[in-house]
Amino acid sequence: MAFVRLEKTALSYPTRDGEVAALEDADLAVQAGEFTAVVGPSGCGKSTLMRLVTGLRPPTRGHVFVDGREVAGPLKFVGMAFQNATLLPWRTVTQNLLLPLEIVEPHRSKLRREKKAYIEKTEHLLETVGLAGFGAKYPWELSGGMQQRVSLCRALIHEPKLLMLDEPFAALDAFTREELWCVLRDLWEEQRFTVILVTHDLREAVFLADTIHVMSARPGRFLHRHTIDLPRPRDLEICYAPAFVDVVHQLRHQVAGVRR
Amino acid sequence: MRRGVPWETLAPWLVTIGLFVGWEGACRLFAIPSYVLPPPSLVFSEMWVFREALWKNSLVTLWTTVAGFALAVGFGLVLGIAIGWSRTIYAGLYPVMVGFNAVPKVAVVPILVLWFGIGEIPAILTAFLISFFPIVVNVATGLATLEPELEDVLRALGAKKLDIMLKVGIPRSLPYFFGALKVAITLAFVGSVVSETVAANAGVGHLLLSAQANFEVPLVFGGLVALAVLGIGMYAIFAVLERRMAGWAFRSGMNA
Ligand SMILES: Nc1ncnc2c1ncn2[C@@H]1O[C@H](COP(=O)(O)OP(=O)(O)O)[C@@H](O)[C@H]1O
Ligand SMILES: [Mg+2]
Repeated sequence: MAFVRLEKTALSYPTRDGEVAALEDADLAVQAGEFTAVVGPSGCGKSTLMRLVTGLRPPTRGHVFVDGREVAGPLKFVGMAFQNATLLPWRTVTQNLLLPLEIVEPHRSKLRREKKAYIEKTEHLLETVGLAGFGAKYPWELSGGMQQRVSLCRALIHEPKLLMLDEPFAALDAFTREELWCVLRDLWEEQRFTVILVTHDLREAVFLADTIHVMSARPGRFLHRHTIDLPRPRDLEICYAPAFVDVVHQLRHQVAGVRR
Repeated sequence: MRRGVPWETLAPWLVTIGLFVGWEGACRLFAIPSYVLPPPSLVFSEMWVFREALWKNSLVTLWTTVAGFALAVGFGLVLGIAIGWSRTIYAGLYPVMVGFNAVPKVAVVPILVLWFGIGEIPAILTAFLISFFPIVVNVATGLATLEPELEDVLRALGAKKLDIMLKVGIPRSLPYFFGALKVAITLAFVGSVVSETVAANAGVGHLLLSAQANFEVPLVFGGLVALAVLGIGMYAIFAVLERRMAGWAFRSGMNA
């Protein structure tokens, strides 16, 4: 049984000039522990998909299931990260990482008593993303790439079963972006959470994902599904392998076709 | 690096001293009669003569200002949080508040006198009325300009509205709040002095008015100097407080 499932899901936003259908008849299944990427033209409803799956918005029609239950209202365990790191500037990196633990049960009730263990946990996670010793820094003292690493850590600190990433690397330069692909790859290899990664970077999708879904232009639907069976763990070198380039090429065609 | 005279630190003092010297010079040079514009030397000596009255009345003004300001902070915080909390409350209250703020507060003083008689209460209430608006607006702005993505991150973790307010909204609006205090204390001061000149039997405003009636022009100016000193002092206190309490906003480049 799929961990995340959309069945004939539709969502329209009410606007001044009537309803805007953002998603229409969307069917999607994501297995537990799967790394899924969603690509599609701008404005096709990718961020809308994020809001649906996390229960931040109810579907206008159809159903959304997560972990075997129909989603009704915001889920209480999902880690999310966006293009902007959205860290709190008055908190240090460590304090920023503790934020989810101040909200999610059971950590919320245990945090005060077991503060030390939790701080150790943040330190461990920071080390994994290459930010060992940066806990006492404030976000504005970090570069964009470092902030995004912290943002990833914040999304993962409570060990969520589901991680939702909405173009998390879109604002970074090419080198930093590739570094962060590897950071995410390592985190996933270690923890094997379920990921839905929204991106418009096709190489990013192919490098990271097990499965790629191509969305149509608005109203968004899932048109194509690709299984990427490049061997893991993947190295950046793989981006130049013929099999890799082929898939990227194919995806490019499909997305271009969708845009027309 | 060349280490010369620290002009930047000296500049405010030089300008202030220059102002008084220029004033003194102009009075002497043009032989301006002291009932038109008394020279600072005369103003200061007059202030010394009337130091007791100045001190007593300054304390009254200080008290009415601070009392009105304190009311404004309490009321402004509550109202600002309410407005920032809910769009419905915002929609309901905002137009009324803007209309209310558009009324010059001097125009309200006669009504306050009618209700409460001559004395401290109209001064306190005028100070309150004039200074609470910037606090409300700033607190509400700080709360309302929360990034939607951050809100999504927190809500997907199961955060309640109260969690979001306590963890993000309120800390985020602190720089706005302290920025507003700086403005509000100055306005409260204006309010209490205006009210004192219209309807009071104590306070610097009242002192100004009676000095003017007795043609004690140097004392009128002495009162102004006292007001300036009080105003600068209060502004400075809240400027320091702002840096202390919300320094991250300055360092992180968030504009309050
Ligand atoms: N809150 C909203 N109100 C009205 N329309 C919206 C809202 N959010 C998104 N939309 C519209 O829905 C469509 C899909 O948006 P979105 O999911 O953000 O696209 P993407 O993330 O793929 O760029 C867009 O046309 C957008 O204008
Ligand atoms: Mg988007």
